[in-house]
Amino acid sequence: MKISLFITCLNDTLYPKTGIATVALLERLGCQISFPLEQTCCGQMHLNSGYQAETLELVRRFIEVFETEDAEYIVSPSGSCVAMVREYFTKVCEWAKDTALETRAKKLSERTLELSEFIVGILKLEDVGAYYPHRVTYHSSCHGLRTLALGNAPYTLLKNVRGLELMPLENAESCCGFGGTFAIKNPETSTAMLSDKMRCILNTKANTCTGGDNSCLMQINGGLSRMNTGVRTVHLAEILTQTEGGA
Amino acid sequence: MSREISAPVMSRETMLSTIKSALGTPREATAIPRNYRLETNQQNLTALLEERISDYRARVHITNDIQKTIEEILERLQIAKIAVPHDLPETWLPNSVEKIIDHPNLEPRELENAQAVITGSKLAIAETGTIVLDHSAHQGRRALTLIPDIHICVVFERDIVDNLPSAISRLYSSVAAGQPITFISGPSATSDIELSRVEGVHGPRVLEVVLVKLEPDL
Amino acid sequence: MPFINPTTYQKAAKIALENPQLRRNLGKATTAIREKRLKVVAELPDWQALRDAGAAIKENAMQRLPELLLQLEQSVQKAGGKVHWATDALEANNIVSRIVKAHQAKEVIKIKSITTDEIGLNDALKGSGITAIETDLAELIVQLAHDHPSHILVPAIHKNRAEIRELFLKSFNIKPEDLSDEPRALAEVARRYLRQKFLTVPVAISGANFAIAETGTVGVVESEGNGRMCLTLPKVLISIMGIEKVLPELRDLEVMLQLLPRSSTAERMNPYTSLWTGVHMGDGPKEFHLVLLDNGRTKVLADEVGRQALHCIRCSACLNVCPVYERAGGHAYGSVYPGPIGAILTPQLIGFETDHAQSLPFASSLCGACYEVCPVKINIPEILVYLRGQVVEQKSGFFNLEGTALKSMAWVFMDVKRYELAQKAARVGQLPLAKNNKISSLPGLLAGWTNSRDLPSVPKQAFRDWWRENKGKS
Repeated sequence: MKISLFITCLNDTLYPKTGIATVALLERLGCQISFPLEQTCCGQMHLNSGYQAETLELVRRFIEVFETEDAEYIVSPSGSCVAMVREYFTKVCEWAKDTALETRAKKLSERTLELSEFIVGILKLEDVGAYYPHRVTYHSSCHGLRTLALGNAPYTLLKNVRGLELMPLENAESCCGFGGTFAIKNPETSTAMLSDKMRCILNTKANTCTGGDNSCLMQINGGLSRMNTGVRTVHLAEILTQTEGGA
Repeated sequence: MSREISAPVMSRETMLSTIKSALGTPREATAIPRNYRLETNQQNLTALLEERISDYRARVHITNDIQKTIEEILERLQIAKIAVPHDLPETWLPNSVEKIIDHPNLEPRELENAQAVITGSKLAIAETGTIVLDHSAHQGRRALTLIPDIHICVVFERDIVDNLPSAISRLYSSVAAGQPITFISGPSATSDIELSRVEGVHGPRVLEVVLVKLEPDL
Repeated sequence: MPFINPTTYQKAAKIALENPQLRRNLGKATTAIREKRLKVVAELPDWQALRDAGAAIKENAMQRLPELLLQLEQSVQKAGGKVHWATDALEANNIVSRIVKAHQAKEVIKIKSITTDEIGLNDALKGSGITAIETDLAELIVQLAHDHPSHILVPAIHKNRAEIRELFLKSFNIKPEDLSDEPRALAEVARRYLRQKFLTVPVAISGANFAIAETGTVGVVESEGNGRMCLTLPKVLISIMGIEKVLPELRDLEVMLQLLPRSSTAERMNPYTSLWTGVHMGDGPKEFHLVLLDNGRTKVLADEVGRQALHCIRCSACLNVCPVYERAGGHAYGSVYPGPIGAILTPQLIGFETDHAQSLPFASSLCGACYEVCPVKINIPEILVYLRGQVVEQKSGFFNLEGTALKSMAWVFMDVKRYELAQKAARVGQLPLAKNNKISSLPGLLAGWTNSRDLPSVPKQAFRDWWRENKGKS
């Protein structure tokens, strides 16, 4: 299966390990991966900040970079960025009344998937042969949960990781408070939401909190680290890529 | 900053024209998909109604003897004086109780003297535990079922419908005739204190339902 | 709109967040109602079909608004009622005052209506020497406390029972030993105080949950019975209704009366729903006035994306699931319409000129919980994002740091070489800030993050660098 990797600007710059893990994992699962170096950003941050004109150009550029890719699917280790492509690309085009681009956006969005929904839904795999002997809890990112309706896919994958003790997270579906620029424009409210999320995580006694979005994990780890809790965050891809006897 | 009040006609025209220009070129209005349940396959409506009304902390008495049941309720609650609509069947009431018979000129204050009010009903909705009055036969005007603290309501089994769509279709003619409609789902309550539904405030705080299985002998 | 708090959401929320009692009250109340809602909604196998119908009915009604309002007017008049049209708050208040004065009434009794809070009716009536007595328990609490509503369904949610008891002790001169904080006891106080008013005050003012164009029937959904009191006992009834509340047909109630109670108080049905058509001889008010209110609604209607906000049936489900509302409460939104719906409705009603209005579309992390529960499927996150565009446009004439920063970033993202250069620059630029692989302090706009959170330092190698090194050409 040929897939094209959409790394996201956040992962590319701050969390390359997630990308490396994603590549290793998908190759192990039999995929052939291409990475168009021309990609930069999907425009989510600009859209959420209200810069629609700039967003339209970033969307156009993204579509140009990916639509000619010789791949069955475009896969990304980020629920929020995939939600941007699937849910908002066409809307942005509609608001700008660019019907031609809207059509291209729709076509592209139909084959853009988040990592866990790709593995479970397309590769039809629930056990990826991973080994991760830690107590782990899973935070359900809002875009993945509600916009992409990932459902049980991430949990199913985690349940089959050998050695991993999966702790249920109270209020797993509550927002961590990141919300992109919300975290900076409304830092007090963002932190209040984060403090409740951290309390639930600490109550699980897990030493690791995982999820499908490094944006959320950056927020969560921001608090866990500042408070010296001894709990770390790790992206789902980085867990699934680990095998017994070496990554 | 003072302002002249526009003549009423001008405001009407202004608003209508503002709305029209806000909407722009007229398009075909959205079709309404009605794929919800117009009726359910619910079997035992009587049992369901009893269960749902009881959930609201109202008492339900299933009976085939209206008079006997009402007598028991009045005795249990120690009610000596009741208010009734002028057309309430005599056969429903025990002889011993003192009656205030409602009429349009009766002051609401007079109704305060009644400990309880007894009425019939138009229909009942099993799914939501709701009794509906259209204030026509045997039900009296709205103030009657509002002021006394205890409402004893007679519901006939044949008037129980399963859900709201069934109820609304049966209420159409009452509405078209200009009747006011009151939906009653339990006694008065409030959710204003900490968002939990608790004891009532202004309407009747006690609701007793007489659920009749037989055809009435009118 | 009165009670516009001129502060931005961020500033107001900051203060509200520091109130532990408020946090606790909100958390407790919203958690409880969320669980209840899930239960009653799960009972209906056709919940999604009802939502689809509700959304379509509302959309249809807005599309046909001129025709439906005319039909409503005709139906109400035929049934003996009078219809008034008010383009704004001032006009509405004048219409109401005029009617009350014509009956020489010095007092009016009111059913809870956020619409009347929106137009500042009580204060306007006061100016005309008329006292408006709130009969809804929560609005009574708000009135006695000289406070403002903080929730559209339960306006006094920010107060717990102990605080309400304190308020009643003071307001009604009750001895502490004579009043517990049991809700039943508190409700009894309100009952005794208001009973006399219900039986004597000749004019009542209400809002309307809906008005049916086909039949001229107006409906009020309530719990306590104060609604029924106000709607039936006085001689004169005035109902003030936003024009968006009109529904096409009576049968549309079969959808709305299923969606509303389960979404608002999380019950199968609220205690009392009253429907009345015009004036009915021998039963109820002898005079009925329906005031159709615009007050900015046509502004909302004019926006093809934003007009969805007018579909709102005021259930407040969105408030109860919103993690932002749950923490800072309703007052922080500075409007009688708080929460997610308030964040999209308020700025559209009042315009985007003020800092306050501009801050509202940003008072959200876009988690989408509101959209999930909205009974009429208003896509609140989409409208929030869309309105943020309006805010940026509003600010575009002026220099602002954020605009410059974001426009530069967009320029960087438009070219991969610039992008890669920026990545390198970040690696270098962080050097004075990064310690032990984390950054704990950032200047300027970004200090908001590091005041409470760490940031990872920028790794030496970006993913694309690793790819080039290990995978060659893509």
